[in-house]
Amino acid sequence: MIKAILVFNNHGKPRLIRFYQYFPEDMQQQIIRETFHLVSKRDDNVCNFLEGGSLIGGSDYKLIYRHYATLYFVFCVDSSESELGILDLIQVFVETLDKCFENVCELDLIFHMDKVHYILQEVVMGGMVLETNMNEIVGQVENQSRLEKSEGGLSGAPARAVSAVKNMNLPEIPRNINIGDINIKVPNLSPFV
Amino acid sequence: MALKMVKGSIDRMFDKNLQDLVRGIRNHKEDEAKYISTCIDEIKQELKQDNIAVKANAVCKLTYLQMLGYDVSWAAFNIIEVMSSSKFTYKRIGYLAASQCFHEGTDVIMLTTNQIRKDLSSPNQYDTGVALTGLSCFVTPDLARDLANDIMTLMSHTKPYIRKKAVLIMYKVFLKYPESLRPAFPRLKEKLEDPDPGVQSAAVNVICELARRNPKNYLSLAPLFFKLMTSSTNNWVLIKIIKLFGALTPLEPRLGKKLIEPLTNLIHSTSAMSLLYECVNTVIAVLISLSSGMPNHSASIQLCVQKLRILIEDSDQNLKYLGLLAMSKILKTHPKSVQSHKDLILQCLDDKDESIRLRALDLLYGMVSKKNLMEIVKKLMIHVDKAEGTTYRDELLTKIIDICSQSNYQYITNFEWYISILVELTRLEGTRHGHLIASQMLDVAIRVKAIRGFAVAQMAMLLDNAHLLAGNTQRNGICEVLYAAAWICGEFSEHLEDPLQTLEAMLRPKVTTLPGHIQAVYVQNAVKLFAAVLTRRETAGEKQAAQETTEMLIEKLPQFVQSADLEVQERASCILQLVKYIQKLQAKEVSVAEEVTALFAGELNPVAPKAQKKVPVPEGLDLDAWINEPPSESESEDEKPKAIFQEDEPKHSRPRLTELDEQELARRREARKQEQANNPFYIKSSPSPQKSYQDTPGVDHIPVVQIDLTVPLKVPGMPISDQYLKLEEERRLKQKQEKKDKKKKKKKEKHGKSRRHDSAHTESEEDIAPAQRVDIVTEEMPENALPSDEDDKDSNDPYKALDIDLDKPLADSEKLPVRTHRPSRTEGLKSPDVDTTAEEQRPKKSKEKDKKKDKERKKSKEEKKKKKRKKSAPTEELEEEEQQHQGEQAEDKISTEDTSEAKEAKTNDVPAAVPTEQQPLEAVPLSEPESPKESEKDQEESKSSKHKKKKHKKEKEEKKSKKKRHRSENVESEAAVHNGTAEEEEEEPLPPMSNYCLLAENSYIKMVYDIQGNLQDGSQVVVSVIFENNCTDFLKSMEFNVLDSLNTRLVRPSGASVHDGIAVPFQLPPGVSNEARFVFTVQSIVMPQKLKGTLTFIVKTEDGSTHEKLDFKLHFTCTSYLITTPCYSDAFAKLLESEELKVNALKLDSINMPFHHLLAKICFHHHFSVVERIDSCASMYSRSIQGHHVCLLVKSGDNSVSIDAKCNEPSLLSHVLEEIKQTFTTAS
Repeated sequence: MIKAILVFNNHGKPRLIRFYQYFPEDMQQQIIRETFHLVSKRDDNVCNFLEGGSLIGGSDYKLIYRHYATLYFVFCVDSSESELGILDLIQVFVETLDKCFENVCELDLIFHMDKVHYILQEVVMGGMVLETNMNEIVGQVENQSRLEKSEGGLSGAPARAVSAVKNMNLPEIPRNINIGDINIKVPNLSPFV
Repeated sequence: MALKMVKGSIDRMFDKNLQDLVRGIRNHKEDEAKYISTCIDEIKQELKQDNIAVKANAVCKLTYLQMLGYDVSWAAFNIIEVMSSSKFTYKRIGYLAASQCFHEGTDVIMLTTNQIRKDLSSPNQYDTGVALTGLSCFVTPDLARDLANDIMTLMSHTKPYIRKKAVLIMYKVFLKYPESLRPAFPRLKEKLEDPDPGVQSAAVNVICELARRNPKNYLSLAPLFFKLMTSSTNNWVLIKIIKLFGALTPLEPRLGKKLIEPLTNLIHSTSAMSLLYECVNTVIAVLISLSSGMPNHSASIQLCVQKLRILIEDSDQNLKYLGLLAMSKILKTHPKSVQSHKDLILQCLDDKDESIRLRALDLLYGMVSKKNLMEIVKKLMIHVDKAEGTTYRDELLTKIIDICSQSNYQYITNFEWYISILVELTRLEGTRHGHLIASQMLDVAIRVKAIRGFAVAQMAMLLDNAHLLAGNTQRNGICEVLYAAAWICGEFSEHLEDPLQTLEAMLRPKVTTLPGHIQAVYVQNAVKLFAAVLTRRETAGEKQAAQETTEMLIEKLPQFVQSADLEVQERASCILQLVKYIQKLQAKEVSVAEEVTALFAGELNPVAPKAQKKVPVPEGLDLDAWINEPPSESESEDEKPKAIFQEDEPKHSRPRLTELDEQELARRREARKQEQANNPFYIKSSPSPQKSYQDTPGVDHIPVVQIDLTVPLKVPGMPISDQYLKLEEERRLKQKQEKKDKKKKKKKEKHGKSRRHDSAHTESEEDIAPAQRVDIVTEEMPENALPSDEDDKDSNDPYKALDIDLDKPLADSEKLPVRTHRPSRTEGLKSPDVDTTAEEQRPKKSKEKDKKKDKERKKSKEEKKKKKRKKSAPTEELEEEEQQHQGEQAEDKISTEDTSEAKEAKTNDVPAAVPTEQQPLEAVPLSEPESPKESEKDQEESKSSKHKKKKHKKEKEEKKSKKKRHRSENVESEAAVHNGTAEEEEEEPLPPMSNYCLLAENSYIKMVYDIQGNLQDGSQVVVSVIFENNCTDFLKSMEFNVLDSLNTRLVRPSGASVHDGIAVPFQLPPGVSNEARFVFTVQSIVMPQKLKGTLTFIVKTEDGSTHEKLDFKLHFTCTSYLITTPCYSDAFAKLLESEELKVNALKLDSINMPFHHLLAKICFHHHFSVVERIDSCASMYSRSIQGHHVCLLVKSGDNSVSIDAKCNEPSLLSHVLEEIKQTFTTAS
């Protein structure tokens, strides 16, 4: 079982949190901080497994993580999951994000947290791995976006127009600057079949 | 309305969406909290609006804020509103928010049940998918119970996307509602062979997760998994299955043997590291389970260790880590094969990666032996010095202590060395584990008597240098050590060389900065030391010096009396008074040393931590019973104020303990000893059986170890343990030399060089004699302690509830609750399930959890019943019984059939049947043992209904006792009886009924059958056929076959052609009957049908066997497609109002049976339930397997009954009415 999936950046700012076991909000934040503390001090060339922090899990749990550019993807799993399997799963998840967002970068995750959640929901459900086939995942995600579009989307055209107008009045807002270098680079690892 | 819409969308234009919120937060880095709080205010406004789009947008933003750590549970209700939107876009937002912030404590969660059920059955697969995903995150026991059936249905959904989600979520449902496991399991098993790989993978996933917790229940699936393992190409599935086998093999060694070969092949062939690794892991598990006496598997072990070594040597840190992890598993059973790789593992201790170092440490734990312990610990001590991070260093510290103390200090040959290691560890700065070192010190000093002298000397040194330890406030953790040091010095002060010096060290002003509990120990043990000093002075005749010591104590103790810590203060003031008294005596030239020492006489024995718990409660002792009669309330009120005053008085006159004269003290001590000796609860110092060996030589006889003076005791901060290493080496060398010498004498002809080589290797661990004679005292346990292990079990383990036997056939009572309505209790007449809903839920929870207990309980219950039967039971009991019974029965009725269940039913059970009006007694198949009772029963028929019910019950109990399934006629007939007449005891008793009707009969065999719908599958019905052997010969090889029609087909096992029959899974000895079930699929249910069929069988007579056959016609009535479904009266009223229903009517003339009989008959034979009954008028309801509603209004007039009926399928209705008419015309 997967107990939690955390995505945060190099500064420990959460970009996606998904707990499959209930923790109150302050506890969740503490777990994120502790996990970040554990993970961030590790070099990139050490192993990707960590014995669970004291807050989450216990001896049966492990943190399995990958570090892509500015983001850490951390899965907290118990001993029923294969360590290498989960590493591959993280890869599948990130590659799926890359496909769905077309060259995913941290900003995509920041502004479209909901969408990232929907993608994750097609990969992991209730702490168990639902699908590992990327094409299948992408297909289902796209079908659902299409369905959403046919319904007119959450914020229909008028709202978008207004938000554009609102932003026009504030020219000093730095928008989408220096995204060039924070693209997550997806290394070509052997895909998981 | 339109205006409102426009207004809504205009409002929306000025709302922030998620992107605006994120952007806003990023632009307010300085006052983020303030900005967010204004955003939350906006969100609250938005949530108040009617427009669902605005609400959804607000909820979406809340989800984001939840991630930032804001509690959004206040919006739970709004989240539910958004969830219930009809648009997928909003629904998805709602479910996402719910999955992020709902949990079992969320109270509004119960409002979601119906919404989720609706979404689950939505025609849009993504609505269903989203609901399943959401539910998987916040499923509660209530939701699980209410929705289990719906989810189970989804497991057979046409879309694989839904199927796999439904399969996965079942695991969560099982966890929350363990009762659902057994009914759902057959279908889950089916999904293992689903054509869609995703669904298959999900099913494997769920079963692996289940089996991991309770492997023994899943052993029977091993062949299926074995097949999957050899056929599957999906690595995910393979890994899961291989992991599962790892959990199963310890329970079934034969499985392990089978696995070795395919796994070894996989290890050689696969290129995927993850798979290779899991294979190695499982091979290890197999080998562990086979560990004893399997020499031919050493090759496999070698293969594993080899592969692991390759992994560990790999440059990929992940593989290195996993290699070490797997290695530690081999270590447990095959330490030898791992120990040869010690070099590699020690090398890993230097790795820059902490995870890898920790794993290597774990391995070391198992690799130590008497031979290498000192060496390994020395290496670790070096690492302790080098380690920079405190966490890793603390880990090292605990590992050192673990390694040394494992299995009762098994590997320690020299305890002086160990004490020095502990002392060295106290120099660690900022460790959290001071208490760990302290407890080790105490443990060793107490249990290893021989070491006390040395330990005391070391502790005295620690106390002397306490300022080094406690001086720095940051080092607080380590000052716990002083607690142990003070206690050891005090308790074993006889070993101290200079107790006065230690005493002075313990009374330094600096001590008052220590934590309270340590100071308290200091004070207490100062007196012990004082006693020791006095003894020495007095024996030496230095009375002056003794008095000086007393004075010093009187001078120093007040600093503790002033302590803010209550414990310290109390002890100090008490002891101060004592010392002052001693001073007075000393002034009178009385020698006091003996008296003071007597205060601390006696030895403390180590007591096992669980000892107290293990003391058995003596017979006849009831700890909950009142010792004295409790005072009545009024009395206690009156006396309360009085008691306060009364208590106060004696306080002043209470004699002080210290003022007792010695004689009195001695007398009391003696008395107490006497009392203790007689008191079974006092843990005596007399040797308990398991430690008798160690007490035989008294304390004094144990040789006190000579302290090696080369060890610089007085220099703290210098590592001394290394000395021991050298000493030890020398000692061993000497030993070896001695042995060699002996050998030489024996075998002089052998060559010297090779011999040395030999002896170095063959030297077994036992050969290393310990440095000093050591008694390790075992911890005391009370005599006759219960050898229970209960205390090790965790009663809160959620997985324990899932320890359920899955191979047992499914009992009817276990069916998943199907969505039911609660009929109103105010009506005079109960609907069939009045008791069901309540009864079903209450007992069920406990019912299943401890099956085993249940069985026992059943047995005893049965015995009770037997007793009851003999007496005429009191009415009260009877009613209770009836009620319970009724609940069970009704449950039976509403529960539904399952295909798999039907399959299971083909096991050899012998159902009993009750004679009915329709069928003459001799026509009913009976199991042999019960036949005599049947006739008896017939006679009793005229007796009161109470008696009859009891009789039914009796029978049922008998069946239960045979552990046979009891779905048979009598049970149902009774349920039906209760349907109509639950509260009408005064009315005439009902004749027993049966739905089984004759299928065919000849001189050999007779068949009766009944057809039941299957609610869980709208296209299936189950035909239960009871075969009864009519002749005196043995019947075997029965085959049941029907000629399928387009509409109705017999479900045959896969692979069989439509012309094949189904073998009846039992044989029939003469006079025996048995029941088998056959599943049919039906397409249209609006018309009754007849199918032709044949039963072929072999009759085995004494002079050979003959083939016989019997033709029959199976009549599928429309009634058999109806399923008893309870209905609310208001829901019923609504149903009648709806226009979809077609009307039909029926009039029955010349009916002269009581109205309640009539209702009961309709209920029973035609699967209806009574919705409401007023006088001679009743409304009834039933539902077809395909969901048609059938409503009846039955009115009774003089000698006639009119039935008005409504149904949304006119053809079905007319046929049902026709059949009802048939029932009453033939019966009366």
